[in-house]
Amino acid sequence: MNGCVQENVTSAPVALSERIHWVGAFDPQLRTFDIILKTANGTTYNAYAVRGSAGVAIVDTVKEEFANDFFTRLEQVAEYREITAIVLNHLEPDHTGALPELMRRAPQARLYVSFMAQVMIKALLKQDALEYIAVNTGDSISLGDRTLSFLHTPYLHWPDTQCTYVEEEQALLSGDVFGCHFCDTRLFNDRVGDFRFSFEYYYAHIMRPFRKQVIDALQLIEKLDLSMIAPAHGPILRDQPQNYVARYRELASPRLKRDVAANEKTLLIFYISAYGNTARMAAAIYEAAHQVSGVRASLYDLAGGDTESFADMLEEADGLILGSPTINGDAVKPVWDLLSSLAVINVTGKLGAAFGSFGWSGEAVRLIEDRLRGLKLRVPMQGLRVKLIPTPEEIESCREFGRSLGEELMGNQSARTFDFTEELKSSYST
Amino acid sequence: MAKATVTFEDINVTVTVPAGTRIIEISEKVGAGITFGCREGDCGTCLMKVTEGWNNLSEPSVLEDKILRENFAGKHNRLACQAQVLGGEVKVRPA
Repeated sequence: MNGCVQENVTSAPVALSERIHWVGAFDPQLRTFDIILKTANGTTYNAYAVRGSAGVAIVDTVKEEFANDFFTRLEQVAEYREITAIVLNHLEPDHTGALPELMRRAPQARLYVSFMAQVMIKALLKQDALEYIAVNTGDSISLGDRTLSFLHTPYLHWPDTQCTYVEEEQALLSGDVFGCHFCDTRLFNDRVGDFRFSFEYYYAHIMRPFRKQVIDALQLIEKLDLSMIAPAHGPILRDQPQNYVARYRELASPRLKRDVAANEKTLLIFYISAYGNTARMAAAIYEAAHQVSGVRASLYDLAGGDTESFADMLEEADGLILGSPTINGDAVKPVWDLLSSLAVINVTGKLGAAFGSFGWSGEAVRLIEDRLRGLKLRVPMQGLRVKLIPTPEEIESCREFGRSLGEELMGNQSARTFDFTEELKSSYST
Repeated sequence: MAKATVTFEDINVTVTVPAGTRIIEISEKVGAGITFGCREGDCGTCLMKVTEGWNNLSEPSVLEDKILRENFAGKHNRLACQAQVLGGEVKVRPA
């Protein structure tokens, strides 16, 4: 048993319609994909051949080690000399592994990639003289009686990603969008086993960080008449494909609408404390931030929560403040767990800050700040560190820190000036 | 030493720096909303809008021009990791 449902597995292509064939590959043994994803059912690498009266287009290929499966299937539906177009919806190696060999076998075929793929494709193929045509939403190519039109869907899940729509078939060859890692040779969603968990898991880990771009893409996709969605991984969605579009719309929409007014901003303060000192700092910061007009502050002890459950709130929050003591020269694990969970949501541009009590060297605050910057939050105020037990004066400085961050969040900070001339002089003077 | 000033409009901060400083270095120090990715002019993450003093920035390189086009950048957009302030006053904010 290898985890992939095998039903009459042959090396034959699979017809989606008279003109579209699946020429991909099954990978039932796969358990870990791209390091970060697990799959209990392997995966499929879906590639498609679209036949028109004036030529054949190949849309995507497969992972390199499965190239023989791909070519064996392809050769049963088309001759290489008939191929006029190779379309890459996504350049990741699991879809472009057979591309160099395909280009060698069908040298006359023109290569079509998305507008955003141009920088990447040269890095992928290492051919400076590579010829390709960059396409965008609204562009189309004719195969005679079949037309491929393109939808620019960047960041789903790479900058280069696009979807290809076969107009006369109402078929959306969607790349990784609407895909999942699920290997079942029955291939169609009305025949395979229950793959809903894979569909949801794939969205949560691959598409969720790009929620805004998912919504942009849905604006294009929801206008299409769809008889089927043929993604680059997992089942082909020919039965009620609109349901999967609707599910993406749900997943990309906020779960429970935030109960805050339009002129309010939310600030989430997380802390963890060994002896209560970082907790005292947190309380003072919270109390002061909350008094700034328009700030809706919340305070959470990381010792009492599963960090992953905070991700939903953080996705919609306007600011994040993290407090950690320093133990063994580092912030403590629950703080890193929380920061690690932010990789699957978009936190770009949110306000970030750090604080903490320490006994000896106090590295935690700087390390958290570096990570916040790495996650593309803005960190406008230097973090606040207190040695061991905060004095009343230090508690007051915590209040000032909270007030300032609250004002910053509301855009109330008065104009400030800095002079970095001396600090940066050595870098730029000759 | 020649100096220049850069104002980050989103956080209302003005900084005096040596001429030749790249915008991203200052943005990072003051915590402005211009975020960055590769810092090599390749990914387009640090796209910013220049609201004043366009001519006080270094000319975009061929590479930067290409990335700006690929990101559908507007007329007054630059990459903060590439643009150096050469003198005078420049005002910027996240694109």
